[in-house]
Amino acid sequence: MSYVTGKTTGVNGNLVSVLIDGSIKKNEVGFILVGDKRLKGEVIRINDGIADMQIYEMTEGIKVGDTVEFTGELMSVELGPGLLTQVYDGLQNPLPNLAEKCGYFLERGEYLNPIPDKDWEFTPKVAVGDIVRPADAIGTVPEGIFNHEIMVPFDLSYEDWTVESIVPKGIYNVRDEIAVIKDRKGNTKSLTMVFSWPIKKPITCYSERLQPDETLITQIRCIDTFLPVAKGGTFCVPGPFGAGKTVLQHMEAKNADVDIVIITACGERAGELVEVLKEFTELTDPRTGKSLMERTIIICNTSSMPVASREASVYTGITLAEYFRQMGLSVLMLADSTSRWAQAMREMSGRLEEIPGDEAFPAYLESVIASFYERAGKVKLHDGRIASVTIGGTVSPAGGNFEEPVTQATLKVVGAFHGLSRERSDARKYPAIHPIDSWSKYNSIVDNDKVNEARGILKRSIEINQMMMVIGEEGTSSDDYALYQKGELLDASYLQQNSFDPVDAACEPARQKREFAVIYDIITRRYAIEDKNEIRMFFNELRQKLLDWHTIEFNTKAFEEHENAIRTFYMQKVCE
Amino acid sequence: MQKIYTKIESIIGNVVTVRATDVRNGDLALVGNSYANVIKLDNDMVYLQVFAGTQGVSTTDSVKFLGRSMMVSYSEHLLGRVFNGTGVPRDNGPSLTENMIPIGGPSVNPAKRIVPKTMIRTGIPMIDVFNTLVESQKLPIFSASGEPYNELLARIAMQTEVDVIVLGGMGLKYDDYLFFKNTLEKSGAMGRTVMFVHTASDPTVECTLVPDMSLAVAEKFALDGKKVLVLLTDMTNYADAQKETAITMEQVPSNRGYPGDLYSCLAARYEKAVAFEGAGSVTILGVTTMPGDDVTHPVPDNTGYITEGQYYLKNGRIEPFGSLSRLKQNVNGKTRNDHRALMDCMIKLYSAYKESLEKKSMGFLMSEWDEKLLKYGKLFETKLMDLRVNIPLEEALDLGWEILADCFLPNETGLKTALLQERWPKDLTLT
Repeated sequence: MSYVTGKTTGVNGNLVSVLIDGSIKKNEVGFILVGDKRLKGEVIRINDGIADMQIYEMTEGIKVGDTVEFTGELMSVELGPGLLTQVYDGLQNPLPNLAEKCGYFLERGEYLNPIPDKDWEFTPKVAVGDIVRPADAIGTVPEGIFNHEIMVPFDLSYEDWTVESIVPKGIYNVRDEIAVIKDRKGNTKSLTMVFSWPIKKPITCYSERLQPDETLITQIRCIDTFLPVAKGGTFCVPGPFGAGKTVLQHMEAKNADVDIVIITACGERAGELVEVLKEFTELTDPRTGKSLMERTIIICNTSSMPVASREASVYTGITLAEYFRQMGLSVLMLADSTSRWAQAMREMSGRLEEIPGDEAFPAYLESVIASFYERAGKVKLHDGRIASVTIGGTVSPAGGNFEEPVTQATLKVVGAFHGLSRERSDARKYPAIHPIDSWSKYNSIVDNDKVNEARGILKRSIEINQMMMVIGEEGTSSDDYALYQKGELLDASYLQQNSFDPVDAACEPARQKREFAVIYDIITRRYAIEDKNEIRMFFNELRQKLLDWHTIEFNTKAFEEHENAIRTFYMQKVCE
Repeated sequence: MQKIYTKIESIIGNVVTVRATDVRNGDLALVGNSYANVIKLDNDMVYLQVFAGTQGVSTTDSVKFLGRSMMVSYSEHLLGRVFNGTGVPRDNGPSLTENMIPIGGPSVNPAKRIVPKTMIRTGIPMIDVFNTLVESQKLPIFSASGEPYNELLARIAMQTEVDVIVLGGMGLKYDDYLFFKNTLEKSGAMGRTVMFVHTASDPTVECTLVPDMSLAVAEKFALDGKKVLVLLTDMTNYADAQKETAITMEQVPSNRGYPGDLYSCLAARYEKAVAFEGAGSVTILGVTTMPGDDVTHPVPDNTGYITEGQYYLKNGRIEPFGSLSRLKQNVNGKTRNDHRALMDCMIKLYSAYKESLEKKSMGFLMSEWDEKLLKYGKLFETKLMDLRVNIPLEEALDLGWEILADCFLPNETGLKTALLQERWPKDLTLT
């Protein structure tokens, strides 16, 4: 089969112009032949018979007149068993395999098979003569922690296909033919365990989208109780550098109550990923008893890797997430950081000489961000199973200023906003999520009214504190002072969480409810203490007791006893 | 066969264009006597950035393409030498042409990186004790202009236990260049140092080459098993040079005139910091001056998102607040059993001192506790924070205990009893 080819006519940074000799599609993938290397690129604009391609590699050495081969396909990822535990770059190149082949450095123009060439034990789920449709499972293979469904490729036309042949249960290579299916007109299609899907196109093989109403447990008190995330929802974490965005995301990746976690490191430090890799391999997942890595895929396009593949990496991540959703699983996709992705778009837009919008970001920034977050969702699959993809993206606003375009465009489309504050991280108050500025539209694990009441107290407490800075403690009434202390107590002994303490690091929902009931009771009561010094000492002691309580294992006798001791302690001072 | 072109079509800023064919993107060329590299191709138009600037370039000057990209010589002979941004000697020594290596090479495969675990000792307590520098770390010094950042860099260069030092100077004042040269020569560290220096009066384009030259050489030394420290001063000048080039190329500016790829440019350089398994390592310590002492300025802001922490240089001292070494946890648990606890305790007390100081300045009454803190703060600043203090980590820790014992009762420090019994200076009895 002959492909359309072309000749390069210009090079500007990672943008290469190509004179084409046939019909090509927008967003089609092509390769530039430079010496013995084939450099991958994507057509992003066609103008007057000239195709502009963004190249996923360094463009040094490209000449005017170099040959370009087009593939006729959009930028796609391969889907099939063997994806889990992998570390890919933004174009789904397996990095460890690449290291074996090329050594310390990333050689350009090297593209390896994303799905490992492995044998799997296949168990068929359909028989000859059965009717199947795209995304229906024809069988399963056991992969690590669960059964990986082998599905009819999503890109086939949505109609009834008849199973012509299917292999019996047995060991097959991932690329062996396992089934043949036939459509009504008699066209046959041979199926293996692997197929591909274009990354920029959402997978929509489900019957309907549902309201995300189930809380996604992260075991972080401040999030689950006050700023919850929902399965199938979206949330964003903007914050200045050093406020702990990445650490927070890793905590979420570790503790989130989902089946699969996909971490997309987009234009961030490589060193952080090395730590994730090491830590996740050593940690066990309490849900399965296996290593956390077994439910994780890492897409890693660090800051020094080519910019265009950085843009692709978030789409690669979300496509893999959607693939696992089709198996009835709940998936969490974390993108760190979406600002780097937006900057990649800005660089391309600049080279295309498009009219710039705010801070030189392209005018389509908002719609692109919106359509990315819209790929999250809780869905009902054709067989009635419920599955979800949740997206959490960090944002790195320039100068820590949330008014900038990427943060603002993101805030418009997400369901929860966890804004990190420099002030809180400087004061070592972790997680540094600002409890008042942040918001969430999802359901908390405790009663929403009580949460709002607690938040009201915290807000008032902050106002009193600001007032005290001006008029001093002397000018503040005892009632106000007690209210101020209540807010401080809620902050210090509920919102803050010690991620280094083995018990406090992960707080399960039942425990959160118990702890919240106690703290809610404390801050909604009135106390018969007038002297400010005494008030301070009373709350200091309460704080100490609550902090100790956090480090005691849940469902133990010691936990009960400590709770009772706390209750007895504050009930003595309550005035009726 | 090398073809020579003699018709320059346009000269704009530092960029000239010629009509030529069969030219590769990124190739090196000679425009007159000056080197230039190909930065853009458009059909037969070739855009060349002239390293030495275009002043005096005539439209009939010859343009010769060399068929290779920018390279730098790499060998042991580099040690003790000083070059400019294009690799031409500045020290009257012979020019080096053997074993040429390309600059700006590919990035390290993240799968090949290892978790850094070796401390780099500098003899500066504010670094060693409070924000330990770790091998393969990338760390900038955020500084207002006028702060003694070059003195600090020179001291680190002299005292640090590394095999090779690569100093990249960008937009250095000539005095500063001489200061570095003299200090390193006097201390005997010059023998293990390579310098790539662009002074403020040199052509701008050379400035943009300095980090790539320095890091290419450093990377090679590291692959040969050497522990390399790269000092880059000042990265803000580098960013400004990038800005200048981008504007001449009519690129759309993004933030305060800086090009949209500022983050990627800085990251590609800083990410060269790496530890190779079974070979050496590259550690990068850069200086980023903050225009107007504003940390939200695009250069320090982007840098902060890239690097693994930062040192704030303020009033001639490394500030304990704001300064951060993200990798210190990897090493400070293994130095001495009291390191982490003492570090936390001293910082907490110092922050309490700052509060007392504020209260004092507002005219509030000083309690006995406040007085203790004030005494402590003074001692802390003179004995540990002063940049002239030069003692190994262990001595600095002992000194820390002495300061604590001098000011407080053991139970006022909030340290664990077991640790107090072990480390509290002996002449004081535990109460």
